[in-house]
Amino acid sequence: MIQVNGLTKDYGARRAIDNLTFDAEQGEIVGFLGPNGAGKTTTMRILTGYMPPTDGTAVVAGYDVVEESLEVRRRVGYLPETVPLYDDMTALEYLKFMADLRRIPDPEQRAYETLEGVNLKERADSYIGTFSKGMRQRVGLAQALIHRPEVLILDEPTIGLDPAQVVEMRNVIREIGKDRTVLLSTHILSEAQQICDRVLIINKGQIVTEDTPENLQARLVGAQRVVVRVRGDSDGLSNKIAKVKGVQGVEPKSDGSVEFEFAAGEDTRPQVAKAVIQAGYELLEMRPVGLSLEEIFLELTRDNAVGRDSS
Amino acid sequence: MRNIWIIAKREYDHFFISPIAYVVAFMILLTTGIIFAINVLYFIQNAFQAFGQTPDIGPVTGAFGFLLVLSIPAITMRLLADEARMGTLELLLTAPVTDFELVAGKWLGGFLFLMTILAITLIYPIILHFVLVSPGIDQQLVISAYLGVVLVTASFLALGVGISAVFTNQVAAFFVTLSVFVFLWWLIGFPAQLLQGTGGEVFQYLSMQSHFYDAFNRGSVYLTDIIYFVSLIALGLFIGTTAVETRRWR
Repeated sequence: MIQVNGLTKDYGARRAIDNLTFDAEQGEIVGFLGPNGAGKTTTMRILTGYMPPTDGTAVVAGYDVVEESLEVRRRVGYLPETVPLYDDMTALEYLKFMADLRRIPDPEQRAYETLEGVNLKERADSYIGTFSKGMRQRVGLAQALIHRPEVLILDEPTIGLDPAQVVEMRNVIREIGKDRTVLLSTHILSEAQQICDRVLIINKGQIVTEDTPENLQARLVGAQRVVVRVRGDSDGLSNKIAKVKGVQGVEPKSDGSVEFEFAAGEDTRPQVAKAVIQAGYELLEMRPVGLSLEEIFLELTRDNAVGRDSS
Repeated sequence: MRNIWIIAKREYDHFFISPIAYVVAFMILLTTGIIFAINVLYFIQNAFQAFGQTPDIGPVTGAFGFLLVLSIPAITMRLLADEARMGTLELLLTAPVTDFELVAGKWLGGFLFLMTILAITLIYPIILHFVLVSPGIDQQLVISAYLGVVLVTASFLALGVGISAVFTNQVAAFFVTLSVFVFLWWLIGFPAQLLQGTGGEVFQYLSMQSHFYDAFNRGSVYLTDIIYFVSLIALGLFIGTTAVETRRWR
């Protein structure tokens, strides 16, 4: 659905993105992760036909973004970082306007349906200027969805939302991502971890790494670390756990809990749980501890910076 | 073509909630109203000296030149600059709309708004024709004068939209547009008078004022004058489209 090859964009002397290459399949949610100024917005603007690249090619929904810009724009839904709304229009008028521009038959009906999809139907006739930040974000999303695009590009879709709205927005995106391609940017790592099938980490205009959130963690840690907690006395617990096949690095903690590791791909948690229970302990908790994406991210971007300075 | 109409319609609706549009409408209607009243009063008071003459619509339509030079920059300055400021330009530039359709839509929206104001001023020739002058006024002059105003409005708007697409700053767009209008309407007349021969003729041809006052506002419609205004409209829309295109490359 999205194929990007050697994409480069210069703003004057400054190189915003440098030789980006990646792709995204149908039904995939790809997260673009990087600090502010990494080139996320620039890449998205090129993919949506807003600006041409300096070099390289990008094909979206089967059309070249430079040569067949209008075809691409017909098939892409885009929510820019600054949500583009007309405050003097009602939500319904605004969506009808967008539906008209996109040649949708019966624009009013479609506008209603889309508003319903983002839970704003009861505010259809309110002016956008009176909306809260979360509602504005949802109207912006509705605008991007109005033509049921094959590809959805969302620039920081959850920025400025309160926690409840963030959860809601993520659910909506996950729902959409089931059968369509979603490319979203974020600088919140836990977000990428929660909704994306695949994460591209981008820094200073270059892709630092690309993988599933789970693999990214596994790659850095090498193994999955788990903490086990039981009720009451935990004497001898670590010995029982250590006997389970595939378990390594067992380490009793001072608070009575025990940590152990298993290699990526060899999940020994069910066996450990069985062993713990059979030994007569009351299992309270078993939880992965692993490096957070935050840590991975800092590590990767730090490496990158060092690599650049030394070259 | 449909996209132009959709954008124009949104723009037209937007004028009715924008204070600057009401200020412009008020200014145009007040000024033309005063001019019309003075003109009629003059003829009534001097009915004897003016024997054989009748009041016509020329003074009212003639005032439009000055009014449009002042008011159109205020209308066009925000057409694209406002979209850029609100972030909605990104929406329009990533919608399946060509740059020309966007610029032409903005232009058409402004044009329809000013046509609405102009339609209100049709009350003056109607009063003249049915109430004051018997057996009625020269209708051909009314049609030609109004056609002139329509063409001047369309040309000014096209140039204003073109200039507003070049500038992101509204104040800059306003003053550059105003300067261009003052030049094309008045200042260009001076070299036209001073220069002899071909040079003078070229400036004469470029002067908007002469195309309006020496032709349309006197009741004569020439193809060359129509071509002149249509060329200006094309030029303005071309500048606007090119400016939006270059915006993408920046």
